[in-house]
Parts: sequence; structure tokens; C-alpha cells
Amino acid sequence: MSKYNETLKSLHEGLANKEFSSVELTKEAFKRIDQTDSKVGAFLALNEAEAIKQAEAADARGYQDSNVLNGIPLGIKDNIITDGLTTTAASRMLEDFVPIYDATVVSKLKEAGAVNVGKLNMDEFAMGGTTETSYFKETKNPWDLNKVPGGSSGGSAAAVASGQILASLGTDTGGSIRQPAAFNGIVGMKPTYGRVSRYGLIAFASSLDQIGPFTRTVTDNALMLEAISGHDKRDSTSAKLEVPQFSANLTGQIAGMKVALPKEYFQAGVSQEIQTAVRKAAQQFEEMGAIVEEVNLPTLSYGIPAYYIIASSEASSNLQRFDGIRYGYRAEGVNSLDELYIRTRSEGFGMEVKRRIMLGTFSLSSGFYDAYFKKASQVRTLIKRDFERIFNDYDFILGPTTTTTAYNLGTKVEDPIQMYVSDLLTVTINLAGVPAITVPGGFSSEGLPIGIQLIGNYFEEAKLYQAAFAFEQANDYHTKHPNL
Amino acid sequence: MAVSEEEVRHVAKLAKLELEADEITTFTKRMGELLDLADQLSTVDTIGIPVTTHGYPLKNVMRPDVPEPGTDRELLFKNVKAEIKDGMIRVPAILDNEVEGA
Repeated sequence: MSKYNETLKSLHEGLANKEFSSVELTKEAFKRIDQTDSKVGAFLALNEAEAIKQAEAADARGYQDSNVLNGIPLGIKDNIITDGLTTTAASRMLEDFVPIYDATVVSKLKEAGAVNVGKLNMDEFAMGGTTETSYFKETKNPWDLNKVPGGSSGGSAAAVASGQILASLGTDTGGSIRQPAAFNGIVGMKPTYGRVSRYGLIAFASSLDQIGPFTRTVTDNALMLEAISGHDKRDSTSAKLEVPQFSANLTGQIAGMKVALPKEYFQAGVSQEIQTAVRKAAQQFEEMGAIVEEVNLPTLSYGIPAYYIIASSEASSNLQRFDGIRYGYRAEGVNSLDELYIRTRSEGFGMEVKRRIMLGTFSLSSGFYDAYFKKASQVRTLIKRDFERIFNDYDFILGPTTTTTAYNLGTKVEDPIQMYVSDLLTVTINLAGVPAITVPGGFSSEGLPIGIQLIGNYFEEAKLYQAAFAFEQANDYHTKHPNL
Repeated sequence: MAVSEEEVRHVAKLAKLELEADEITTFTKRMGELLDLADQLSTVDTIGIPVTTHGYPLKNVMRPDVPEPGTDRELLFKNVKAEIKDGMIRVPAILDNEVEGA
């Protein structure tokens, strides 16, 4: 069975009509992983025995239209904890860490009957834009195995793009769902901050992190977000708001919607091919009856410095818990408690993580706090106001997701500045806390996917899905797939 | 903003990280570059602008003061690599007066 022509809905129908069972479907997913993962390297851990049991349970429960995810195999980014299944955050620090409970999103997927086939590779502690900072392995872009899959959720994106599974979960702190979705030609949603519980997510930067889905189509993405959203008493930052049925009313009708097109997105640094793809998308939205107008987003250029100060500061604080005492890597042969902390952290963390801890510790340290952390947090307010101003008049913002298409492995990982500035178009969204979705928006002359980004107002994911669906229906980009 | 190797050593100490001599040199260069990037923020007028510290503003999130069972200790200790004695994790001595067992 080729999964490229399937959707969550079509698989559900196949299960409901007894054309195949979840056990067969799950075995098929493992077969595809077996055939392709030696090239792609998306998975860090496979959950085969347990997945078959979950699939058997799904088959035994039977299939109702109210629960499309029952019996569907999918994968989870390895910074989302899974009871009894190794969760490493791609770090030596958690190499043999086996959680004793499930993250809320994992519980919700289990309740929906989904089958967890395994844990997906990522940048260490979600720090990076290429998945090359993983301690364990390199993930490759299935469209071109010499290119990066993007990051930090590179494994989650590559697994969906290579047809191993139809859906996965990733996390997005500064673009880590949207950027790999763009590089892999699939759909990736970063929901509004608070829409999805972060309980059981290994924290990178708590005020920015959000969990979200990767899928091949917009409808599938909406179905996944419905399943994982909602208030959670174990995460006080999750919003007490009703979760709309995002997958309902995806009609393709967007006539009258007002679309903002920031001029700053068409500046030097964004490749001409990507600019052209966004202009073409704007024209298509107009042809579908939307009103597209150019606007200014003057705070865009401050996003990178504000983001790296804030994210690194929060990371330096969150990662203090890794001290070799209660869990994780523990240095051997130490003589004092201080030496245990220092040796554990120095041996357990990789270079990129250390770099961010150092920047964060510096930004929060006495004498520099006002000039760096406080200043960045004030600039964050200005960025938030910029988005709020636009959303007073517009339904969504249209723009590119990335400045370039996927680049060669090894080209940016040693140069943090170069890697950081490539997040120009995604980080401000996390600073403001608004939702944004990447949808396939074309291909470069090299044949690499280009992503289009739609940014919405707080908790208006339904409107984003509506617009993204209309765009998807007007094109056939989502029907293309890599040859592996 | 340029930083000195001494400042980098100080920050590493605060962060409980040990850096090799060549790493100190690399970090000093990289930190300088990152702070140059961050210094772009100094050109932004933020007088009177409040800080935003969280993506979803909340105040006083409380739950009823009802006791609930905590996580089972045996389970919690599953990932502990150190020796466990009487329900406690054994760590190296915090105070050391150079007398065995201190």
C-alpha cells in the first residue's frame, strides 16, 4: 500500500470497511521504515512490539467515524515523553531515560486509539535548525539525501515526507515545525501558545514551546490538532477554551477574507524563487476572492536577536535540572557534588546546547540582565503589538516560511550565526504566541520543496486551516513526493 | 559586544560547565558574535514599554487545596543511577573536611 495516496480519512475508511486491519497497516509502516530509514534516518527508537499490541486493541475496538485516528500508525518527536519507551531529546544526557508516564498529547493520541510506531530524531533538546546537533544520528531530507531535513523536528518531518507514516508530532520553539515542513514539502502547524498542553514536553524555552502536527494534507493536520488540543489541569499555561472542530467546514471558500502581505518578507536574504512562490500564492488567494494588501511589519528584523536572548535564557534555566542526580547521564568517579554537576553537564551536553546555556546564563547574569534579557522582553512586546495591529484589519498574514530551500548537510551547523539568521521568518511568531501553518507552496529549480506560511490571530487556527485548505485545493504540490 | 575569556570562564562557572582551553577561545569568539547580533536591540526605543515574559498571560492559577496522591517513589527512582538508601539518593559529600565519611 502506498501511503502517498492515502489520508487519515481514507485509511480510516479502509479500516472501517475491513479492507485492511490496523495490525496490517502498522506492519506496513514498519516495512516501509525498514526499507527507507537506512537512507533517511528519521527514527531514534522503534516501538514495534507495543505498536502491534496497540493496533490489535484498535482492531478489537472497531471503527467509528467519530474517531478517525483509531488504529492509525504515527510517530512522536523524541522530546515528548512516552511511558516505558526511551525518550532522549537526542541528547547523551538522556541516552537511556525511560519515562514513567505519558505526555498529555501522547495520552490523548492513545485515547483516540492511534498507534505509536516510534520516536523521531531531532536537534539535541530541540536546539538547531538542521537535526545535525542530534547526539545519535543524522537525518536526511528525503527529497535529496545530501540536504538537511530542517530542524529541530527534522525526524518528524522526514518520516511523513518519506511515506513511512502519515502523521507525526513535532515541537516549535522558533520555527521547528514550520521550517522542516517547508524543507520536506508537507504541512506543519504551530498552534497558538496555550492551545496544546506542554505537560510531558522536555522544556527548551517554556514561554515559546508548542507541540503541533506534521501531515501530508491540511485536513489531516486539522484532525491531528483536534485530537491533541485542549485545557490540561497539569499545564496551567494551557488555555481554558473550547476546541473547535478544525477539520469541519473545510470548504475552500475564502472570498472576502483579508490577507496581509508584509513588505519586509520580500527583502534581501529571501531567495528570489521563494519570493516568486509567495507572490504567486498571493495572486491565487486574490483569484479565490480574498483581498490581499501590502502591510509593514517593522519589527521583523529584531526577531532574531530578541528570540535568541529569550530562548537561550529560558533554556539555561530549564536545563539546570540536568545535574546527574535524579535521572539522565551521571559522570563517574567524582569527588564532590559540585564536580558531579560540572562533569555531568560538560560530558552530557553537546556543543550547541552548551552555546545556548552560555548565552542564556550571560543574558541573565548580574550587570547584563537589563541590557539583554529585559531589553529583549520589551522588544517582544513591540513584536506582539505589531501582529495585533495587523490582525485588527486582516484575517491572516501570508509569507514565506524560510529564506532558502533545504541546504547541504554540514554547511551551517558549525556557524551558529548563519544557522540562527535563517530563522528570520519564523521566530517572531513564537515571540508573539500566535498560530502559523506551513503548507507546500511549490518547488525550486533544483526540485526542492518551498513552503508558504500563513500566520493567524490568537486561537484562530480554524481560519488558518480554511485558508490553507483553499490554497491546497488550488494546487497539486501536496500530491508530489520524493523518490526513495 | 566583545567579551573576554575571563568573562566566559565566569559564565561557564555559573552555568556549571567546564570548558577546555580551546573551547574557551571558540566560545569567546562566538559569544562576541552573538552579542553583536543582540546589540541590534539597543537601537530600539523601549522607553515605557512593558516586558512580555510569556506567550499566554495568566494570573494566579490555583487549584482547590485537596491532597492528591503523589507519584510512587519506586517509579520515580527507576531512572536514578546513584545508590539509593532508605528512600534517598546518595550523592557525593557537600561539605568535605577531608575526614572520611564527613
